[in-house]
Amino acid sequence: MAATQEEIVAGLAEIVNEIAGIPAEDVQLDKSFTDDLDVDSLSMVEVVVAAEERFDVKIPDEDVKNLKTVGDATEYILKHQG
Amino acid sequence: MSKIKPSKGAPYARIVGVGGYRPTRVVPNEVILEKIDSSDEWIRSRSGIETRHWASPEETVAAMSIEASGKAIADAGIDARQIGAVVVSTVSHFSQTPAIATEIADKLGTDKAAAFDISAGCAGFGYGLTLAKGMIVEGSAEYVLVIGVERLSDLTDLEDRATAFLFGDGAGAVVVGPSREPAIGPTVWGSEGDKAETIKQTVPWDTYAAEGHTKFPAITQEGQAVFRWAVFEMAKVAQQALDAAGITPDELDVFIPHQANVRIIDSMVKTLKLPEHVTVARDIRTTGNTSAASIPLAMERLLATGEAKSGDTALVIGFGAGLVYAATVVTLP
Ligand SMILES: CC(C)(COP(=O)(O)OP(=O)(O)OC[C@H]1O[C@@H](n2cnc3c(N)ncnc32)[C@H](O)[C@@H]1OP(=O)(O)O)[C@@H](O)C(=O)NCCC(=O)NCCS
Repeated sequence: MAATQEEIVAGLAEIVNEIAGIPAEDVQLDKSFTDDLDVDSLSMVEVVVAAEERFDVKIPDEDVKNLKTVGDATEYILKHQG
Repeated sequence: MSKIKPSKGAPYARIVGVGGYRPTRVVPNEVILEKIDSSDEWIRSRSGIETRHWASPEETVAAMSIEASGKAIADAGIDARQIGAVVVSTVSHFSQTPAIATEIADKLGTDKAAAFDISAGCAGFGYGLTLAKGMIVEGSAEYVLVIGVERLSDLTDLEDRATAFLFGDGAGAVVVGPSREPAIGPTVWGSEGDKAETIKQTVPWDTYAAEGHTKFPAITQEGQAVFRWAVFEMAKVAQQALDAAGITPDELDVFIPHQANVRIIDSMVKTLKLPEHVTVARDIRTTGNTSAASIPLAMERLLATGEAKSGDTALVIGFGAGLVYAATVVTLP
């Protein structure tokens, strides 16, 4: 069953917390992964890999760099989830 | 049909000695920063690397191999003449013919041991170990010397900020010999040639020569693609090697992954859910990525510092250019 926007943000919050140790409540749609959440380029790869598993999506390397904010990632997953 | 007498091998094989050689020159990040726009902080946070060793002209592939092997043979307590085969894994020995293994076998004083080179990038140690185990169990050698040796500084583009800080030089060697108990588990290995382009030499030698390139060939890579493959796929391979050996994370004492990036190592430790008591090799900090040499070098250091001890159960996994990988569980010498 496809995840809703809320479920995706909550899932991403859990993933970001697990990988970068950022409090889950800080993970909001308008937050930038690198600038606001301290997720660097390599942690971002780990976030993407974890999100792929969790939401059953494929996020190729070339698309990863366009996912600047939590909102970008949420929208991408909403559109592409299987 | 005439009857052929079969060879007779040992029931099992084990690593009986390990040795390493690190070049004298220690190169801190400050030296790397002379040629690229970066920072010590960035290099440490993205790779874990603080210093690496670079070989001098005298510290050749053969010279470093002989030093490391001498220590491994002494550690094993055998005579070089008992060595039946010498397997050298390297991508940075610049004369393809003859194999460098023959010179090493000769200088070490082996009795005409079979000797050859293999090319399996950063999985070279696991590939060599698997060959060695096969030879011992099959009976074509009593002891096999497996060497991983690299002078990657010769293949580094110091102006490429994506790779300049990563690579180092050194040699690591193990002696593999007969055992009454299983001490090297099943190898989980393979190749993914569809990803051959992700780590490669910038220009092949013939093109380099023919077109008169001014820039010497170097190793280049798609860092993010390789990182993703390593953290995602290699954790699975490591798990498969544990399962194949029938070892649970609780029974494991030591984890020695290829030292490519401390971030890959940390991620694997998390994914594999390795318990606190497992000692994890993070030799990368002071050694950089030495490709085929990294696992035996890290193994030697853990044993020398007392962080690991003889008889410990260790998971080893190598992965890199090819892409290729090899993982297995071993009893430490
Ligand atoms: C090499 C590696 C550390 C590079 O990290 P990365 O996050 O992929 O680097 P990227 O090239 O994507 O760059 C990310 C950011 O850092 C910057 N950057 C790249 N190299 C830099 C450097 N040396 N110093 C400072 N900043 C650098 C980039 O400009 C980019 O900044 P931007 O987001 O503002 O544009 C990493 O990809 C890696 O280790 N991969 C695995 C490689 C490996 O282990 N190979 C061997 C296997 S045997």
